[in-house]
Amino acid sequence: MKQFGFATSKSRTIEYEKINSALISYIVENEPSFSSCMSCGSCTATCSAANLTFFNIRRLNMQIRLGEFENIRQEIDKCMLCGKCLLVCPRGINTRNVIMLIKKGLVTFNLVE
Amino acid sequence: MIDVIIIGAGIAGIDTACNLHDAGYDVLVLEKEKSMGGNVQHWSTLFPSKRNAHEVISYYTEQVRKRGITMYLNTFVNSIKKQDDGSFEIHTSREVSFKCKSVIIATGYSLFNAQRKEEYGYGIYSHVLTSADLEKHWQKQSAEFVSPTQKPLNKVAFIHCVGSRDEKSGNHYCSKVCCVTAVKQAITLKQQSPHTQVFCFYMDLRMYGPGFEEMYREAQEKWGIQFIRGRLSEVAEHIDGSLQLKAEDTLSARPFKISVDMLVLMVGMESQKSTAMFAESCNITCASNRFIQPLDHHLQPNATNVEGLFTAGACIGPLSVFDTLNHSKSATLAVTSYLK
Repeated sequence: MKQFGFATSKSRTIEYEKINSALISYIVENEPSFSSCMSCGSCTATCSAANLTFFNIRRLNMQIRLGEFENIRQEIDKCMLCGKCLLVCPRGINTRNVIMLIKKGLVTFNLVE
Repeated sequence: MIDVIIIGAGIAGIDTACNLHDAGYDVLVLEKEKSMGGNVQHWSTLFPSKRNAHEVISYYTEQVRKRGITMYLNTFVNSIKKQDDGSFEIHTSREVSFKCKSVIIATGYSLFNAQRKEEYGYGIYSHVLTSADLEKHWQKQSAEFVSPTQKPLNKVAFIHCVGSRDEKSGNHYCSKVCCVTAVKQAITLKQQSPHTQVFCFYMDLRMYGPGFEEMYREAQEKWGIQFIRGRLSEVAEHIDGSLQLKAEDTLSARPFKISVDMLVLMVGMESQKSTAMFAESCNITCASNRFIQPLDHHLQPNATNVEGLFTAGACIGPLSVFDTLNHSKSATLAVTSYLK
Protein backbone atom coordinates (compact mmCIF):
# COMPACT_ATOMS: atom_id res chain seq x y z
CA MET A 1 0.00 0.00 0.00
CA LYS A 2 1.15 3.50 -0.75
CA GLN A 3 2.56 5.22 2.37
CA PHE A 4 1.52 8.85 2.62
CA GLY A 5 3.62 9.56 5.70
CA PHE A 6 0.82 10.21 8.13
CA ALA A 7 -1.13 8.09 10.60
CA THR A 8 -4.14 8.44 12.88
CA SER A 9 -3.39 9.20 16.52
CA LYS A 10 -4.19 6.70 19.24
CA SER A 11 -6.97 7.92 21.55
CA ARG A 12 -5.70 9.45 24.78
CA THR A 13 -9.07 8.97 26.48
CA ILE A 14 -9.11 6.85 29.61
CA GLU A 15 -11.91 4.30 29.35
CA TYR A 16 -12.72 3.17 32.85
CA GLU A 17 -14.10 -0.18 31.73
CA LYS A 18 -10.76 -1.11 30.13
CA ILE A 19 -8.59 -0.33 33.17
CA ASN A 20 -6.46 -3.18 34.56
CA SER A 21 -7.11 -2.85 38.29
CA ALA A 22 -4.98 -5.79 39.48
CA LEU A 23 -2.18 -3.67 40.95
CA ILE A 24 -4.36 -1.05 42.64
CA SER A 25 -6.52 -3.75 44.26
CA TYR A 26 -3.40 -5.54 45.51
CA ILE A 27 -1.89 -2.37 46.98
CA VAL A 28 -5.10 -1.18 48.67
CA GLU A 29 -5.63 -4.64 50.12
CA ASN A 30 -2.17 -4.69 51.69
CA GLU A 31 -1.83 -0.98 52.44
CA PRO A 32 -5.39 0.36 52.93
CA SER A 33 -4.13 3.87 53.75
CA PHE A 34 -3.23 4.23 50.05
CA SER A 35 -6.89 4.84 49.18
CA SER A 36 -6.93 8.02 51.28
CA CYS A 37 -4.49 9.86 48.96
CA MET A 38 -5.84 13.27 47.92
CA SER A 39 -3.10 14.05 45.40
CA CYS A 40 -1.63 16.95 47.36
CA GLY A 41 1.90 16.27 46.05
CA SER A 42 3.81 16.77 49.28
CA CYS A 43 5.45 13.34 48.73
CA THR A 44 6.81 14.50 45.38
CA ALA A 45 7.84 17.89 46.73
CA THR A 46 10.09 16.33 49.33
CA CYS A 47 11.41 13.49 47.15
CA SER A 48 15.15 13.54 46.37
CA ALA A 49 14.64 11.39 43.27
CA ALA A 50 11.95 13.81 42.01
CA ASN A 51 14.38 16.67 42.50
CA LEU A 52 16.86 15.09 40.10
CA THR A 53 14.76 12.93 37.74
CA PHE A 54 11.23 12.57 36.33
CA PHE A 55 10.34 10.24 39.19
CA ASN A 56 7.01 11.42 40.61
CA ILE A 57 5.35 9.32 43.29
CA ARG A 58 2.10 11.30 43.18
CA ARG A 59 1.83 10.59 39.46
CA LEU A 60 2.66 6.91 40.06
CA ASN A 61 -0.49 6.74 42.17
CA MET A 62 -2.56 8.02 39.24
CA GLN A 63 -0.90 5.59 36.84
CA ILE A 64 -1.53 2.65 39.16
CA ARG A 65 -5.21 3.58 39.31
CA LEU A 66 -5.35 3.83 35.53
CA GLY A 67 -3.50 0.54 35.09
CA GLU A 68 -0.68 2.13 33.09
CA PHE A 69 2.37 0.11 33.99
CA GLU A 70 4.86 1.18 31.33
CA ASN A 71 6.00 4.33 33.13
CA ILE A 72 5.86 2.66 36.55
CA ARG A 73 8.24 -0.06 35.36
CA GLN A 74 10.69 2.55 34.09
CA GLU A 75 10.48 4.80 37.14
CA ILE A 76 10.09 2.59 40.19
CA ASP A 77 13.78 1.81 40.71
CA LYS A 78 14.64 5.48 41.03
CA CYS A 79 13.12 5.46 44.54
CA MET A 80 15.87 5.15 47.17
CA LEU A 81 13.43 4.17 49.93
CA CYS A 82 14.60 7.06 52.11
CA GLY A 83 11.05 7.48 53.47
CA LYS A 84 10.87 11.29 53.48
CA CYS A 85 7.52 11.06 51.63
CA LEU A 86 6.21 8.92 54.46
CA LEU A 87 7.18 11.63 56.97
CA VAL A 88 5.38 14.44 55.14
CA CYS A 89 2.19 12.68 53.96
CA PRO A 90 -0.75 14.54 55.57
CA ARG A 91 -2.91 11.41 55.39
CA GLY A 92 -0.24 9.22 57.00
CA ILE A 93 0.05 6.87 54.03
CA ASN A 94 2.90 4.39 54.34
CA THR A 95 4.33 5.37 50.96
CA ARG A 96 7.48 3.28 51.42
CA ASN A 97 5.34 0.19 51.82
CA VAL A 98 3.43 1.29 48.71
CA ILE A 99 6.68 1.34 46.73
CA MET A 100 7.56 -2.15 48.00
CA LEU A 101 4.07 -3.37 47.06
CA ILE A 102 4.38 -1.88 43.57
CA LYS A 103 7.64 -3.78 43.07
CA LYS A 104 6.11 -7.04 44.34
CA GLY A 105 2.84 -6.50 42.46
CA LEU A 106 4.55 -5.89 39.10
CA VAL A 107 6.17 -9.33 39.43
CA THR A 108 3.19 -11.14 41.00
CA PHE A 109 0.77 -10.02 38.29
CA ASN A 110 3.30 -10.44 35.56
CA LEU A 111 3.25 -6.78 34.65
CA VAL A 112 7.01 -6.59 34.01
CA GLU A 113 8.24 -6.89 30.46
CA MET B 1 -49.03 46.30 66.54
CA ILE B 2 -47.08 43.01 66.46
CA ASP B 3 -43.46 43.20 67.68
CA VAL B 4 -41.87 40.93 65.10
CA ILE B 5 -43.16 39.28 61.93
CA ILE B 6 -41.08 36.37 60.71
CA ILE B 7 -41.36 35.49 57.05
CA GLY B 8 -40.74 31.80 56.54
CA ALA B 9 -41.44 28.83 58.82
CA GLY B 10 -38.36 26.80 58.03
CA ILE B 11 -35.98 25.90 60.84
CA ALA B 12 -34.49 29.43 60.91
CA GLY B 13 -37.87 31.16 61.16
CA ILE B 14 -39.25 28.79 63.79
CA ASP B 15 -36.08 28.90 65.90
CA THR B 16 -36.09 32.71 65.87
CA ALA B 17 -39.84 32.84 66.61
CA CYS B 18 -39.44 30.56 69.64
CA ASN B 19 -36.47 32.50 71.01
CA LEU B 20 -38.17 35.88 70.57
CA HIS B 21 -41.34 34.53 72.18
CA ASP B 22 -39.26 33.38 75.16
CA ALA B 23 -37.73 36.86 75.37
CA GLY B 24 -41.25 38.25 75.80
CA TYR B 25 -42.07 39.55 72.32
CA ASP B 26 -45.24 39.06 70.27
CA VAL B 27 -44.38 37.17 67.13
CA LEU B 28 -46.26 36.13 64.01
CA VAL B 29 -44.92 33.67 61.47
CA LEU B 30 -45.98 33.77 57.80
CA GLU B 31 -45.32 30.75 55.61
CA LYS B 32 -46.11 30.39 51.91
CA GLU B 33 -46.27 26.58 51.96
CA LYS B 34 -48.98 24.41 53.51
CA SER B 35 -46.73 23.08 56.27
CA MET B 36 -43.84 24.31 58.38
CA GLY B 37 -40.28 22.99 58.24
CA GLY B 38 -39.05 24.41 54.93
CA ASN B 39 -36.48 22.49 52.92
CA VAL B 40 -35.43 20.29 55.85
CA GLN B 41 -38.80 18.46 55.73
CA HIS B 42 -37.73 16.88 52.46
CA TRP B 43 -34.37 15.70 53.79
CA SER B 44 -33.81 12.15 55.02
CA THR B 45 -30.66 12.48 57.16
CA LEU B 46 -28.40 15.32 58.26
CA PHE B 47 -24.61 15.24 58.14
CA PRO B 48 -22.28 14.52 59.78
CA SER B 49 -24.11 12.40 62.38
CA LYS B 50 -26.70 11.08 59.87
CA ARG B 51 -29.44 11.87 62.38
CA ASN B 52 -32.94 11.65 61.02
CA ALA B 53 -33.93 15.11 59.69
CA HIS B 54 -37.48 14.40 60.84
CA GLU B 55 -36.27 14.60 64.48
CA VAL B 56 -35.33 18.24 63.94
CA ILE B 57 -38.70 19.04 62.36
CA SER B 58 -40.69 17.31 65.08
CA TYR B 59 -38.60 19.05 67.75
CA TYR B 60 -39.49 22.48 66.31
CA THR B 61 -43.14 21.53 65.70
CA GLU B 62 -43.36 20.68 69.39
CA GLN B 63 -41.65 23.96 70.41
CA VAL B 64 -44.18 25.97 68.35
CA ARG B 65 -47.12 24.01 69.77
CA LYS B 66 -45.91 24.38 73.40
CA ARG B 67 -45.61 28.15 73.06
CA GLY B 68 -48.79 28.62 71.08
CA ILE B 69 -46.99 30.70 68.47
CA THR B 70 -49.30 32.13 65.81
CA MET B 71 -48.43 30.97 62.33
CA TYR B 72 -50.27 31.57 59.06
CA LEU B 73 -49.62 28.89 56.48
CA ASN B 74 -50.39 29.25 52.75
CA THR B 75 -49.63 32.95 53.13
CA PHE B 76 -47.54 34.53 50.43
CA VAL B 77 -45.83 37.86 51.18
CA ASN B 78 -46.25 40.26 48.28
CA SER B 79 -44.58 43.37 49.64
CA ILE B 80 -43.12 45.03 52.72
CA LYS B 81 -43.65 48.77 53.16
CA LYS B 82 -41.63 50.76 55.64
CA GLN B 83 -43.79 53.43 57.32
CA ASP B 84 -42.71 56.94 58.28
CA ASP B 85 -42.73 56.01 61.97
CA GLY B 86 -40.20 53.21 61.33
CA SER B 87 -42.74 50.38 61.53
CA PHE B 88 -43.56 47.97 58.71
CA GLU B 89 -46.70 47.03 56.81
CA ILE B 90 -46.73 43.61 55.20
CA HIS B 91 -49.08 42.82 52.35
CA THR B 92 -49.80 39.17 51.71
CA SER B 93 -51.98 36.89 49.64
CA ARG B 94 -54.51 37.17 52.47
CA GLU B 95 -56.92 40.09 52.44
CA VAL B 96 -55.54 41.66 55.60
CA SER B 97 -52.19 43.39 55.88
CA PHE B 98 -50.04 43.13 58.98
CA LYS B 99 -48.32 45.89 60.95
CA CYS B 100 -45.19 45.26 62.98
CA LYS B 101 -42.21 46.98 64.59
CA SER B 102 -39.61 44.69 63.07
CA VAL B 103 -39.34 42.04 60.36
CA ILE B 104 -37.18 38.95 60.09
CA ILE B 105 -36.76 37.43 56.66
CA ALA B 106 -36.19 33.69 57.01
CA THR B 107 -37.12 32.56 53.53
CA GLY B 108 -34.18 30.23 53.01
CA TYR B 109 -33.28 28.98 49.55
CA SER B 110 -34.67 27.03 46.64
CA LEU B 111 -32.89 24.16 44.92
CA PHE B 112 -31.28 24.58 41.52
CA ASN B 113 -33.48 23.12 38.78
CA ALA B 114 -31.18 20.48 37.28
CA GLN B 115 -33.06 20.59 33.95
CA ARG B 116 -31.33 23.90 33.30
CA LYS B 117 -28.09 21.94 32.96
CA GLU B 118 -29.48 20.12 29.95
CA GLU B 119 -26.24 18.36 29.01
CA TYR B 120 -26.51 16.34 32.27
CA GLY B 121 -29.76 14.77 31.08
CA TYR B 122 -32.01 15.37 34.08
CA GLY B 123 -35.62 14.90 33.01
CA ILE B 124 -34.36 13.36 29.75
CA TYR B 125 -32.75 10.10 30.89
CA SER B 126 -34.53 8.04 33.54
CA HIS B 127 -31.36 7.14 35.46
CA VAL B 128 -30.38 10.72 36.21
CA LEU B 129 -31.48 11.86 39.66
CA THR B 130 -30.75 14.81 41.91
CA SER B 131 -29.43 14.72 45.47
CA ALA B 132 -32.90 15.89 46.58
CA ASP B 133 -34.59 12.97 44.78
CA LEU B 134 -32.32 10.54 46.61
CA GLU B 135 -33.08 12.15 50.00
CA LYS B 136 -36.81 11.94 49.27
CA HIS B 137 -36.46 8.29 48.37
CA TRP B 138 -34.61 7.49 51.60
CA GLN B 139 -37.11 9.51 53.59
CA LYS B 140 -39.96 7.36 52.30
CA GLN B 141 -38.18 4.05 52.55
CA SER B 142 -34.87 3.33 54.18
CA ALA B 143 -34.54 0.23 52.00
CA GLU B 144 -31.84 -0.25 49.39
CA PHE B 145 -32.11 2.14 46.49
CA VAL B 146 -33.20 0.54 43.24
CA SER B 147 -32.95 2.23 39.89
CA PRO B 148 -36.18 3.44 38.23
CA THR B 149 -36.02 0.47 35.86
CA GLN B 150 -35.01 -2.06 38.56
CA LYS B 151 -31.62 -2.51 36.90
CA PRO B 152 -28.84 -3.58 39.28
CA LEU B 153 -26.57 -0.68 40.18
CA ASN B 154 -23.04 -1.73 39.34
CA LYS B 155 -21.68 1.77 39.01
CA VAL B 156 -23.07 5.05 40.32
CA ALA B 157 -21.59 8.53 39.89
CA PHE B 158 -22.20 11.63 41.96
CA ILE B 159 -21.61 14.97 40.24
CA HIS B 160 -20.61 17.85 42.49
CA CYS B 161 -21.32 21.55 41.82
CA VAL B 162 -24.45 21.19 39.65
CA GLY B 163 -25.71 24.77 39.40
CA SER B 164 -22.89 26.00 41.64
CA ARG B 165 -19.57 27.66 40.77
CA ASP B 166 -20.86 27.82 37.22
CA GLU B 167 -21.34 31.06 35.33
CA LYS B 168 -23.21 29.09 32.65
CA SER B 169 -25.91 28.36 35.23
CA GLY B 170 -25.81 31.98 36.35
CA ASN B 171 -24.47 30.93 39.76
CA HIS B 172 -20.83 31.78 40.36
CA TYR B 173 -20.90 30.92 44.06
CA CYS B 174 -20.33 27.71 46.05
CA SER B 175 -23.39 26.11 47.69
CA LYS B 176 -21.24 24.84 50.55
CA VAL B 177 -23.15 21.73 51.59
CA CYS B 178 -23.19 19.67 48.37
CA CYS B 179 -19.64 18.26 48.82
CA VAL B 180 -20.40 16.72 52.17
CA THR B 181 -23.91 15.71 51.06
CA ALA B 182 -22.38 13.78 48.15
CA VAL B 183 -20.00 12.02 50.54
CA LYS B 184 -22.87 11.24 52.93
CA GLN B 185 -25.11 9.90 50.15
CA ALA B 186 -22.26 7.92 48.57
CA ILE B 187 -21.55 6.23 51.92
CA THR B 188 -25.27 5.47 52.47
CA LEU B 189 -25.44 3.93 49.01
CA LYS B 190 -22.37 1.78 49.73
CA GLN B 191 -23.82 0.69 53.07
CA GLN B 192 -27.00 -0.47 51.36
CA SER B 193 -25.32 -1.97 48.35
CA PRO B 194 -21.65 -2.78 49.06
CA HIS B 195 -20.98 -4.18 45.58
CA THR B 196 -21.85 -0.94 43.81
CA GLN B 197 -18.82 1.02 42.65
CA VAL B 198 -19.25 4.67 43.54
CA PHE B 199 -17.52 7.66 41.94
CA CYS B 200 -17.57 11.33 42.89
CA PHE B 201 -16.66 13.89 40.20
CA TYR B 202 -15.49 17.06 41.95
CA MET B 203 -13.66 20.31 41.25
CA ASP B 204 -12.58 21.00 44.84
CA LEU B 205 -13.72 19.17 47.93
CA ARG B 206 -14.82 21.73 50.47
CA MET B 207 -14.98 19.77 53.71
CA TYR B 208 -15.22 22.83 55.93
CA GLY B 209 -17.36 21.67 58.83
CA PRO B 210 -16.94 19.52 61.92
CA GLY B 211 -16.72 15.86 61.00
CA PHE B 212 -16.74 16.51 57.24
CA GLU B 213 -13.10 15.62 56.57
CA GLU B 214 -13.54 12.48 58.66
CA MET B 215 -16.50 11.48 56.46
CA TYR B 216 -14.47 12.10 53.31
CA ARG B 217 -11.70 9.89 54.63
CA GLU B 218 -14.16 7.19 55.67
CA ALA B 219 -15.59 7.32 52.14
CA GLN B 220 -12.12 6.73 50.68
CA GLU B 221 -10.71 4.21 53.11
CA LYS B 222 -13.68 2.25 54.41
CA TRP B 223 -15.98 2.34 51.42
CA GLY B 224 -13.52 2.63 48.51
CA ILE B 225 -15.44 5.52 46.96
CA GLN B 226 -13.36 6.94 44.12
CA PHE B 227 -12.93 10.69 43.81
CA ILE B 228 -12.17 11.91 40.33
CA ARG B 229 -11.10 15.52 39.96
CA GLY B 230 -12.86 16.92 36.93
CA ARG B 231 -16.16 18.49 35.98
CA LEU B 232 -18.61 16.39 34.00
CA SER B 233 -18.90 17.74 30.48
CA GLU B 234 -21.78 15.69 29.08
CA VAL B 235 -23.93 12.60 29.48
CA ALA B 236 -25.32 10.30 26.80
CA GLU B 237 -27.55 7.27 27.16
CA HIS B 238 -26.59 3.83 25.87
CA ILE B 239 -29.23 1.62 24.30
CA ASP B 240 -29.46 -0.42 27.54
CA GLY B 241 -30.23 2.69 29.58
CA SER B 242 -26.79 3.03 31.15
CA LEU B 243 -25.13 6.42 30.95
CA GLN B 244 -21.89 7.37 29.29
CA LEU B 245 -20.07 10.16 31.12
CA LYS B 246 -17.34 12.34 29.68
CA ALA B 247 -15.02 14.37 31.87
CA GLU B 248 -11.35 15.11 32.22
CA ASP B 249 -9.37 13.29 34.87
CA THR B 250 -7.49 16.49 35.58
CA LEU B 251 -4.91 14.86 37.84
CA SER B 252 -3.72 12.66 35.00
CA ALA B 253 -4.50 15.38 32.45
CA ARG B 254 -6.46 13.10 30.11
CA PRO B 255 -10.05 12.78 28.94
CA PHE B 256 -12.00 10.21 30.96
CA LYS B 257 -14.96 8.07 29.91
CA ILE B 258 -17.07 5.82 32.08
CA SER B 259 -20.45 4.07 31.85
CA VAL B 260 -22.64 4.19 34.96
CA ASP B 261 -26.05 2.78 35.85
CA MET B 262 -27.16 5.85 37.75
CA LEU B 263 -26.11 9.48 37.97
CA VAL B 264 -26.80 11.72 40.97
CA LEU B 265 -26.57 15.48 40.45
CA MET B 266 -25.65 17.48 43.56
CA VAL B 267 -27.95 20.45 43.06
CA GLY B 268 -26.96 23.77 44.62
CA MET B 269 -28.91 26.48 46.39
CA GLU B 270 -30.43 29.60 44.87
CA SER B 271 -32.12 32.61 46.38
CA GLN B 272 -35.92 32.22 46.47
CA LYS B 273 -37.57 34.12 43.63
CA SER B 274 -40.28 35.30 46.03
CA THR B 275 -37.61 36.79 48.32
CA ALA B 276 -36.24 38.87 45.48
CA MET B 277 -39.76 40.12 44.77
CA PHE B 278 -40.53 41.51 48.20
CA ALA B 279 -36.89 42.53 48.76
CA GLU B 280 -37.38 44.89 45.84
CA SER B 281 -40.58 46.26 47.37
CA CYS B 282 -38.65 47.78 50.27
CA ASN B 283 -35.24 48.24 48.63
CA ILE B 284 -33.31 45.54 50.47
CA THR B 285 -29.81 45.24 49.05
CA CYS B 286 -29.00 41.85 47.55
CA ALA B 287 -25.48 40.59 46.81
CA SER B 288 -24.25 39.55 43.36
CA ASN B 289 -25.36 36.00 44.16
CA ARG B 290 -28.96 37.34 44.52
CA PHE B 291 -29.14 36.41 48.21
CA ILE B 292 -29.80 39.20 50.74
CA GLN B 293 -26.66 41.15 51.58
CA PRO B 294 -25.89 41.33 55.33
CA LEU B 295 -25.10 44.87 56.48
CA ASP B 296 -21.75 43.69 57.89
CA HIS B 297 -20.67 40.06 57.52
CA HIS B 298 -18.60 40.14 60.70
CA LEU B 299 -20.27 42.57 63.07
CA GLN B 300 -23.93 42.68 61.97
CA PRO B 301 -24.59 39.43 60.12
CA ASN B 302 -28.36 39.65 60.58
CA ALA B 303 -28.95 43.34 59.82
CA THR B 304 -29.83 44.55 56.33
CA ASN B 305 -29.55 48.00 54.78
CA VAL B 306 -33.15 48.61 55.95
CA GLU B 307 -33.27 49.53 59.65
CA GLY B 308 -35.50 47.19 61.63
CA LEU B 309 -35.43 44.51 58.95
CA PHE B 310 -33.29 41.46 59.73
CA THR B 311 -32.42 38.08 58.23
CA ALA B 312 -32.18 34.58 59.67
CA GLY B 313 -30.80 31.55 57.85
CA ALA B 314 -30.04 30.76 54.23
CA CYS B 315 -31.75 33.81 52.71
CA ILE B 316 -28.27 35.40 53.04
CA GLY B 317 -26.56 32.58 51.13
CA PRO B 318 -26.08 28.82 51.24
CA LEU B 319 -25.86 27.52 54.81
CA SER B 320 -25.89 24.09 56.44
CA VAL B 321 -28.49 23.22 59.08
CA PHE B 322 -26.19 24.08 61.99
CA ASP B 323 -24.96 27.31 60.39
CA THR B 324 -28.61 28.23 59.79
CA LEU B 325 -29.51 27.65 63.43
CA ASN B 326 -26.51 29.69 64.61
CA HIS B 327 -27.55 32.51 62.31
CA SER B 328 -31.14 32.39 63.58
CA LYS B 329 -29.93 32.61 67.18
CA SER B 330 -27.89 35.71 66.41
CA ALA B 331 -31.00 37.12 64.66
CA THR B 332 -32.83 36.89 67.99
CA LEU B 333 -30.11 38.95 69.67
CA ALA B 334 -30.09 41.53 66.87
CA VAL B 335 -33.87 42.02 67.03
CA THR B 336 -34.05 42.20 70.83
CA SER B 337 -31.36 44.88 70.94
CA TYR B 338 -33.21 46.80 68.18
CA LEU B 339 -36.57 46.68 69.98
CA LYS B 340 -35.15 47.65 73.40
